[in-house]
Amino acid sequence: MKDILNELEARRRDARLGGGEKRVAAQHAKGKLTARERIELLLDDDSFEEFDMFVAHRCTDFGMEGSRPYGDGVVTGWGTINGRQVYVFSQDFTVLGGSVSETHGQKICKIMDMAIQNGAPVIGINDSGGARIQEGVDSLAAYGEVFHRNVLASGVVPQISLIMGPCAGGAVYSPAMTDFIFMVRDSSYMFVTGPDVVKTVTNEVVTAEELGGAGTHTRKSSVADAAFENDVEALTEVRRLVDFLPQNNRAKPPVRPFFDSPERLEPSLDTLVPDNPNMPYDMRELILKTADEGDFYEIQEEFAKNIITGFIRLEGRTVGVVANQPMVLAGCLDIESSRKGARFVRFCDCFEIPLLTFVDVPGFLPGTTQEYGGVIKHGAKLLYAYAEATVPKVTVITRKAYGGAYVVMSSKHLRGDFNYAWPTSEVAVMGAKGATEILYRSELGDPDKIAARTKDYEDRFANPFVAAERGFIDEVIMPHSTRRRVARAFASLRNKTATVPWKKHDNIPL
Amino acid sequence: MFKKILIANRGEIACRVIKTARRMGIATVAIYSDADRNALHVQMADEAVHIGPAPANQSYIVIDKVMAAIKATGAEAVHPGYGFLSENSKFAEALEAAGVAFIGPPKTAIEAMGDKITSKKLAREAGVSTVPGYMGLIADAEEAVKISGEIGYPVMIKASAGGGGKGMRIAWKEDEVRDGFESSRNEAASSFGDDRIFIEKFVTQPRHIEIQVLADSHGNTIHLGERECSIQRRNQKVIEEAPSPFLDEATRRAMGEQACALASAVGYTSAGTVEFIVDGDRNFYFLEMNTRLQVEHPVTELITGVDLVEQMIRVAAGEALSLTQGDVKLNGWALESRLYAEDPYRNFLPSIGRLTRYRPPEEVTEADRAVRNDTGVFEGGEISMYYDPMIAKLCTWAPDRAAAIEGMRIALDSFEVEGIGHNLPFLSAVYDHSRFVSGDITTAFIAEEYPDGFSGVTLHEADLRRVAAAAAAMYRLAEIRRTRVSGRMDNHERKVGDDWVVFAQSAQFPVRLTADRSGTTVRFEDGTALRVASEWTPGDRLATLDIDGSPLVLKVDKITGGFRIRTRGADLRVHVRTPRAAELAALMPEKQAADTSKLLLCPMPGLIVKVNVAEGDEVQEGQALCTVEAMKMENILRAERKGKVSKVNAAAGDSMGVDDVIMEFE
Repeated sequence: MKDILNELEARRRDARLGGGEKRVAAQHAKGKLTARERIELLLDDDSFEEFDMFVAHRCTDFGMEGSRPYGDGVVTGWGTINGRQVYVFSQDFTVLGGSVSETHGQKICKIMDMAIQNGAPVIGINDSGGARIQEGVDSLAAYGEVFHRNVLASGVVPQISLIMGPCAGGAVYSPAMTDFIFMVRDSSYMFVTGPDVVKTVTNEVVTAEELGGAGTHTRKSSVADAAFENDVEALTEVRRLVDFLPQNNRAKPPVRPFFDSPERLEPSLDTLVPDNPNMPYDMRELILKTADEGDFYEIQEEFAKNIITGFIRLEGRTVGVVANQPMVLAGCLDIESSRKGARFVRFCDCFEIPLLTFVDVPGFLPGTTQEYGGVIKHGAKLLYAYAEATVPKVTVITRKAYGGAYVVMSSKHLRGDFNYAWPTSEVAVMGAKGATEILYRSELGDPDKIAARTKDYEDRFANPFVAAERGFIDEVIMPHSTRRRVARAFASLRNKTATVPWKKHDNIPL
Repeated sequence: MFKKILIANRGEIACRVIKTARRMGIATVAIYSDADRNALHVQMADEAVHIGPAPANQSYIVIDKVMAAIKATGAEAVHPGYGFLSENSKFAEALEAAGVAFIGPPKTAIEAMGDKITSKKLAREAGVSTVPGYMGLIADAEEAVKISGEIGYPVMIKASAGGGGKGMRIAWKEDEVRDGFESSRNEAASSFGDDRIFIEKFVTQPRHIEIQVLADSHGNTIHLGERECSIQRRNQKVIEEAPSPFLDEATRRAMGEQACALASAVGYTSAGTVEFIVDGDRNFYFLEMNTRLQVEHPVTELITGVDLVEQMIRVAAGEALSLTQGDVKLNGWALESRLYAEDPYRNFLPSIGRLTRYRPPEEVTEADRAVRNDTGVFEGGEISMYYDPMIAKLCTWAPDRAAAIEGMRIALDSFEVEGIGHNLPFLSAVYDHSRFVSGDITTAFIAEEYPDGFSGVTLHEADLRRVAAAAAAMYRLAEIRRTRVSGRMDNHERKVGDDWVVFAQSAQFPVRLTADRSGTTVRFEDGTALRVASEWTPGDRLATLDIDGSPLVLKVDKITGGFRIRTRGADLRVHVRTPRAAELAALMPEKQAADTSKLLLCPMPGLIVKVNVAEGDEVQEGQALCTVEAMKMENILRAERKGKVSKVNAAAGDSMGVDDVIMEFE
């Protein structure tokens, strides 16, 4: 009997060795942790329960029968993050380069099926050389099966991808369909075709880092939601993100004890909006001063900085924040910021995360680049996302809310539940100067007259009260009481139910 | 007594005067420029009058505008504060003509003391010790030797037309005078075309010590002891204290008597300050007299219990001093730290912007300690570029100097200022400097001890351990809170461990924590332990802790896997990891911070209005590279050294954040 038990231990030891000491050392030398080490850091101590430790591939082509390592290049299972269940797969670059085989894919599919069935998030750690070429179409089939499950899981359980090594070719499409992608600086890259192919086909010379490194994907492509300095930081931050997310689309977002009074007033917010309407200010200050304990988990911080998206807590409960940032491009909406905002709003709506919107938007960015790029359809994404969202929606206009952009930013007309405005806000079809230049075109030659007309327009519309008279603004609130008002608004919406007409699915302008 | 006074100033001093006036039942009028519309002094005053655009020369120091404000509000007297119109005899004259009382000295005294030469002459006549020297023409080296002998060594040989150290020599003996005289004269002739030379006493180990005087219009003049203001950076006072750690009773009395004599001689009334330079042998020499309330007056108030502003108002109203010299008792020790909106890490460059956070320590007055903060700003206020960058004066008082210093250290650690660069870390560093603590200071202290500027503080092992213990205890609390999240699996909760490794300042401290209701015992590997007690809860940005019975105050911000901790002038990134995470973290590559010496970084958030150079251009040191507009001000960025532009990342119209790369050099 003892021998049999020992046999199991020996096999486990064998499996845990992964690709062996040499390959582990090579992995470390690249500044990367092994698949198992990453799981250790991601999950609560001793909480990991592994599946399929002894799975091995069945390929007999190209000499593969000679090497059938346990685990087949991916470690899968479940565990907890601060006591809440998550499923995880972690590709093992030390075993056959983490390449995806039929069985490797089956292991991933197994935990994804369980995650969907049991309603817990899936976290995928990607570090793979790609398809296992020796297996040919079996490997492609494996990818396909994973992709399909990514789609089935989408909107059912949160899916998070960590890119901690190479992720190239078709492999990128699994993370691409998850909710969040995080990368590690200098040691991860993602691209559909690598630098060699790029050179052959287009003669472009580009490094892997330039083509698909963390900098590229957080700043230029927006494929990644954030990048971190190293594996330890990335895993620590994913744990922090999971603390904000619900387990599945039937569960409420998590609540945790908080040490920050919802009654807290912030007198300094009364001076946040400068006297001069053309002066920028940092919207992030409002977010930080509204949030519990100033804790803000920003998503896509480096991309389309004219809109800010991320998670905060109010009374210990997760709230998604979308805010125009007057510091960048005056906070206008454009193709990139609309896309960024829309995707975030839809994530929150999928998972019952209430939405808080801070508005200071002068309109859409004009120009041929924008129009040729399809700002009509991209802008519509944000409009669409807000309009279809049935989660509690609270909006605070701090300054400008002009034109179509006003309507887009979670306005009353899109079924905003609470639409507040600061006394400094201006809800109008456009700025006074622009408006008078259209209304009084014939007087343009007379600056005095135009100035007087502008002043008239300002007096009439550069305030929140016209909108408040019509009920488009529910209440004009003092800036210093924003946290208290917003927290109470969300508290009153905890049992909100809203229905939409039956549909197979909607047809958002992609 | 006056019913209403106008304060012809702004900022902290205006607020300071308003406080006393209010206590005396006097209504107050503030004046303000465009930039000060929402300023604290405007909020505090009973009335406020707008007097023009932001620049002081179009508002605060325009006599006509101030006079108009006085007329419009019916103020009976004016307190000028310091700076601006406080030592302007024309203003005093205008007030006199309008029949409005000036809360300050008579204009004759202002005039007499306003001129360096006259004041020195008057001082000598009044029997005040002045720096010995010979102002006349000196014919040759031998005469110079003779004069030097009369003055007493060491002496300073100076070119009359001199400046910037040229034509200046210090001589400790006769031979040096002979050599120095000739070379000074040659240098003066070649540099300035003027070879006139004069000689004066060279004051060694100079300290700046000043005497506070108070006089009424009934012939009473008293002094309120001294203030030592030797801690200066480029002639800008940074730290002041009263009394001076250097003076003995006899010197104090002699200085006080001479100061009073000078005040009497010029018919001085109100509060005034006689500044002396004091050498290592306690010889003191008159420098100048400031005919106004000094910035650093609070330290005198704290050790004498006299409200100087109140006294000034009473004297201006014609009252006689209720104090005699015998009533003045110096009690305990007071320190003042000037909080400047200057970034010590960027060579003390003025920093402007929004005060996103401003939480001074609590003001207290107790039997054995006091904390006072004179301020003119508030959280959410704007620091503009138009005025003095000093935004607050933090004072502590205690029965002795050591306790006052300890009180100041804690008070500085508790002072939260965010949104602008400020000198809090530098102040903290000075209070922990052994030379300052021992009182061994001169006016050259900062130049000698921080010759290359200030780059932050490295904590000593013992202090670092205290910080590490605090961080471990706080981190554990924060982790425990995380495990209380909803939606966890019953019976499978995360258990937060007791063993941690704290990483701080490139040291590692493996610790074991034992927590109970009253605190946490943090045991280090070497067997020593520290007991941490605190009311801190996760998210608090100020942690007030008790470590083994002594206080520790930390500014705490969350970072990935730890805290940014600021204390005692140090700015640390502290990570707290489980032993296993520590092992794995050790495998992470040490990433080199990017070399920024070949980059032009944007020093402030702003808009690029102009780029003066193109890729491939050769630039010379000092050449303008581009212009950044921030806060409507155009800042020209210049090349720090010769080089070639390899890449330009910004064009006119781009907005940039702090440290964004504007251009790169080869």
